[in-house]
Amino acid sequence: MAEHENKTAVATTASQGQEPPMISVEHVKTYFDVTKGLFSPKQIVKAVDDVSFIIGEKETYGLVGESGCGKSTLGRTMVQIHPVTGGRILYRGKDVDKLRGAERKKFTREVQMIFQDPYASLNPRMTVGEIIKEPMEIHKMYDSAKEREERAAELLKMVGLKPDHIRRYPHEFSGGQRQRISIARTLSLNPCFIVCDEPISALDVSIQAQIINLLKEIQDELGISYLFVAHDLSMVEYISDRIGVMYLGHLVEEGTADEVYGSPLHPYTKALLSAIPVPDPDAAEKRKRIHLAGELPTPINPPPGCPFKGRCPIATEECGKARPELKDYNGHKAACIHI
Amino acid sequence: MSLLDVKNLCVDFNTDQGTVHAVRDISFTVGESESVGIVGESGSGKSVSMYAVMGLLASNGAIRGGSISYGGEEITETAFANHKAYEARMSRLRGNEMSMIFQDPMTFLNPVLKIGSQITEVIRNHNKVSDAEARARAITLMGQVGIPSPERRLNQYPHEFSGGMRQRIIIAIALANHPRLVIADEPTTALDVTIQAQVLDVIKEMKEKLSSSVIMITHDLGVVASFCDRIIIMYGGKIVETGSAREIFYEPKHPYTAGLLKCVHNPEKKEKLTPIAGSPPDLLMPPAGCPFVDRCPDAMKICKLKMPEMEQYSKTHQSACWLSEAARRKGEQHG
Repeated sequence: MAEHENKTAVATTASQGQEPPMISVEHVKTYFDVTKGLFSPKQIVKAVDDVSFIIGEKETYGLVGESGCGKSTLGRTMVQIHPVTGGRILYRGKDVDKLRGAERKKFTREVQMIFQDPYASLNPRMTVGEIIKEPMEIHKMYDSAKEREERAAELLKMVGLKPDHIRRYPHEFSGGQRQRISIARTLSLNPCFIVCDEPISALDVSIQAQIINLLKEIQDELGISYLFVAHDLSMVEYISDRIGVMYLGHLVEEGTADEVYGSPLHPYTKALLSAIPVPDPDAAEKRKRIHLAGELPTPINPPPGCPFKGRCPIATEECGKARPELKDYNGHKAACIHI
Repeated sequence: MSLLDVKNLCVDFNTDQGTVHAVRDISFTVGESESVGIVGESGSGKSVSMYAVMGLLASNGAIRGGSISYGGEEITETAFANHKAYEARMSRLRGNEMSMIFQDPMTFLNPVLKIGSQITEVIRNHNKVSDAEARARAITLMGQVGIPSPERRLNQYPHEFSGGMRQRIIIAIALANHPRLVIADEPTTALDVTIQAQVLDVIKEMKEKLSSSVIMITHDLGVVASFCDRIIIMYGGKIVETGSAREIFYEPKHPYTAGLLKCVHNPEKKEKLTPIAGSPPDLLMPPAGCPFVDRCPDAMKICKLKMPEMEQYSKTHQSACWLSEAARRKGEQHG
């Protein structure tokens, strides 16, 4: 099995031509052992279970799904907050688990993360300037403290704050402004790839749009790639080039934003999209909702077969037999035997 | 006659930094079996105004002016002889005539009490019923809000339920005594879209069954679009616009409403997001004029100085903005 996996992994990398993609996630598994006590039966949470996808240069890959589907865990695995249990993550063709020395340092500088809660991710005892300069100091960027200070001021301007905010503390800022500060901190390392883990869900509607547009502007200017993890489906559609839909640790559908939202293939995606509340009374009245019974099952020792079969409106006996493979329909992929 | 009539309500909070004027002179009504959405950002005063109606303000908060009447009865504290009389009356009303669905079920439910006793408590508080009868009613309620095998789940603790199921329990508790007015404070914000849709369906269904009025407090325009007959838009402690769902979504009059609509992405329309620049005003020192003046793209000199009056556009549609006045004067000059 392991050998077979390795072969397909090599094949996907080779099929992309000479230049390896920026990020390539190959059959990644992230499991957590939640066994209680020494003698109880082994309990494994399969948070991410055999997920593969590729993120190219200047691309935004959106990852959606209900809470508990493993989307955040996958994002965290990609920046090595969680170790991979199986499979591998390649950054520009190199296995990130095997990077050592200077190469590892380069990876930790170029791959960054923006967190959900701007109240928890900034140290309240540090000034904004110290927060933004810290990563540069760790990575020994620029020759003098003065240069780093200048760079911090420049970054603040870039994210829409004033350079003289540099001496203030995080508590003096609103949620949206704090998220701008964490974006400035992330950008201080000139990253190539940023994992955005629900960067807007703690913010007000009018501020969300500001942050989304800022992220887009930064991408246009600096050519960064994003992994955008969020449960707000309409915002993900707005910012993403390609979208992956996760369910219970599995990738059940993948395609361009238009493909996934315009003509979803997987019954889960269809149900998920039909549940988005549309800000338009007439459209809300007209649209047909697909009712999903129940909730996301627990990922502890999940049963075999399709992960969605318990809630699926079109499930048959066949669905319980084997896990459906992610099949390619002209670039638009879905894992369901009923397509 | 309207069920709830709020006139010139003002709510202040005393904090270490000074007095926060959270709600500043708002008036609105809610009719029988009507669903009204109150939309605003955090700090707009939308929740505080409803907590004031329920008499549930935090100890540092107080109603500084205005009146609240429910079903024709004045329920502002000043209308009662003393605080004790007010509390006595309110505790008869709360959970019985009017009830509230809270955002976070985990802080609302008592973690060490069984679900069954938490539902029967509210039934027994307001009705003279036997244990068995209260239990039977709790089981029916749990079935109505869509909790499978209620007889068994009655004996479980809150931690044994998922987020969506806990929210259903909150709804069951809120509706236990068939209230005429239900205030739902961001009931689905903590939930996933699929579960949100289920919970909204339950609230809608129960509302129709009991013909109660529902006030839905939310920041999600998508939720109010499908749920509410009428929408109130709040900003900086003031009501800036109110109208039917169609009037708000298709003919917004206030620049804040219009801006807010451009901030949300509608997957069925391909439009670029236009954020509202800046951030909401500091209510420690509320602006004398329109609260939106600093973020308004078309602000004029007068906007900073004086709060505009509510202007009537239709029977249901009202908005407070100087721009319409300016446009009218311009029209008169030309005409």
